[in-house]
Amino acid sequence: MMTLVEKILAAHCGKEKVSPGEFITARVDIVMANDVTAPIAIREFRRIGVSKVFDPAKIVLVPDHFTPNKDIISAENAKMMREFAHEQGTVYFEVGQMCGIEHALLPEQGLALPGEVIIGGDSHTCTYGALGAFATGMGSTDIAAAMATGDTWIKVPPTIKLVYHGRLGQWVGGKDLILFTIGNIGVDGALYAAMEFTGEAIDNLSIDGRLTMANMAIEAGGKAGIFRVDETTRAYLKNRARHAFNEYEPDADAEYSRVIEFDVSEMEPQVSLPGSPANATPISKVGTVKIDQAVIGSCTNGRLEDLRVAAGILKGRKVNPNVRCLVFPGTQQIYLDALTEGLIETFVRAGAAVSTPTCGPCAGLHMGILAAGERCISTTNRNFISRMGSPKSELYLSGPAVAAASAVTGKITSPGEMT
Amino acid sequence: MLKGTVHKYGADFDTDAIIPGRYLNLTTVEEVARHCMEDVDPDFLTRVRPGDIVVATTNFGCGSSREHAPMALKGVGIACVIAKSFARIFFRNAINIGLPLLESADAVDNTEAGDVLEVDLASGTINNLTRGKTFTAAAYPEFMAELISAGGLIEFTRQRLAGKGV
Ligand code: SF4
Repeated sequence: MMTLVEKILAAHCGKEKVSPGEFITARVDIVMANDVTAPIAIREFRRIGVSKVFDPAKIVLVPDHFTPNKDIISAENAKMMREFAHEQGTVYFEVGQMCGIEHALLPEQGLALPGEVIIGGDSHTCTYGALGAFATGMGSTDIAAAMATGDTWIKVPPTIKLVYHGRLGQWVGGKDLILFTIGNIGVDGALYAAMEFTGEAIDNLSIDGRLTMANMAIEAGGKAGIFRVDETTRAYLKNRARHAFNEYEPDADAEYSRVIEFDVSEMEPQVSLPGSPANATPISKVGTVKIDQAVIGSCTNGRLEDLRVAAGILKGRKVNPNVRCLVFPGTQQIYLDALTEGLIETFVRAGAAVSTPTCGPCAGLHMGILAAGERCISTTNRNFISRMGSPKSELYLSGPAVAAASAVTGKITSPGEMT
Repeated sequence: MLKGTVHKYGADFDTDAIIPGRYLNLTTVEEVARHCMEDVDPDFLTRVRPGDIVVATTNFGCGSSREHAPMALKGVGIACVIAKSFARIFFRNAINIGLPLLESADAVDNTEAGDVLEVDLASGTINNLTRGKTFTAAAYPEFMAELISAGGLIEFTRQRLAGKGV
């Protein structure tokens, strides 16, 4: 009588059964860090007094936050990480060389697989739950310890089951489902818990859409977001998975701390108003909001399906003269696929700036930073005060369809209104 | 025994508020501390004194995994954070680097900015000297208590590996 998460955790600590609240030491299959969290992790790793990481093939280092290097300090951090990766022989992706934003990259590269325990020095590590892994974000010191030992302590979380009934309308996708969910349960609605996403709407959702949903489990305070493995998952992993993996299923009599059911057949595209992802609002209730910038991309919505949706709206249209529209593909592979499909040409002809994959504006790091008084609609995952720049700027969150439609009209617009 | 003046914040106080993203290329306690609360509470750095205490309501430290957040609080001399609840990554990070956290809804509800608190970490006793009230924080689970008494996660891991003879 275990949930999916409990089964995976039990298998990783050599126990028949684990229960919520129990502290376990779990074996980890992948330990990931980026150019923000790795430098501190490496420094702490050296303090532990071991010379080698537990298994270089299970450590993945990704330069994506301040890269291509924003300034000298960022360049020094990236250099330190690169040298450590080479010294230890870890998995490493160099900028430009099929690199990308970590949470778009690991699934795409077949490095995040069902049944695994994955920890990453980044809060959105929960993204990999879309493929049936237990994946969770941690800080640099936890990453340092796991790099040395190959395990980590975990308090087994209770699981909340979220059931989505019905079929999604034309302009509604994974992003709308997750914004709606966070709007409903709040930014601490799943604090310390795992979220298991199920139901008809989920069965019909693509892997790209599931990755978007799992990505934002942390925005509800969740320790993990997880999906069961199905034919869609298996098709995605075929010719992609870099090693063998195990599939787990929740028991029919698994105990959930809460079951929440939604009927989503009539759901409108969602927009989260500035300040919190929980400020989710149906687009018809948003009113007239002029924008200065539209950002399409990131680890939340920078995958091929997202770019296709945005390009479908921008094709044959122009970005509003008062708007900067920025497109950030999630990875070099996605960039290349978008190029081959003609999506990049569509973006450039429409007047959008297309960038190499980077976290850039998403966390207010570099490229696309907002001035005081500016408003932006973005397909990223957080709209906290000052997230994309000035504390006096305003950030709205949406899926790619709404962001693209808004880029054209210059105000937050439902894609259904574009004729 | 800790004794300090309270800085109070509300619900869902996020890591971008504690240390904005643009400073994440800084990697030392001293460097990040210079920008603590910069965007949301610009006077904080002039008000704060070593030994002061941050008190907040629910979900303190939500958002990113940046260890820079507890590092910045530690760097300005915050002695401990008391909240009704903490976001889980922030909780791990703070314990790992030795920034004490205490959970007590009563203490939070009965404390205002500027109050002086006396805190005994070992027993979890929080004494509001300004209001003459005493509260007890929830005890740490046994495993966490071990980690704290080892001196944080790095020391704990050193001892573990040494024990294994690695
Ligand atoms: S794109 Fe944004 S949310 Fe995703 S990893 Fe980068 S900074 Fe974090």
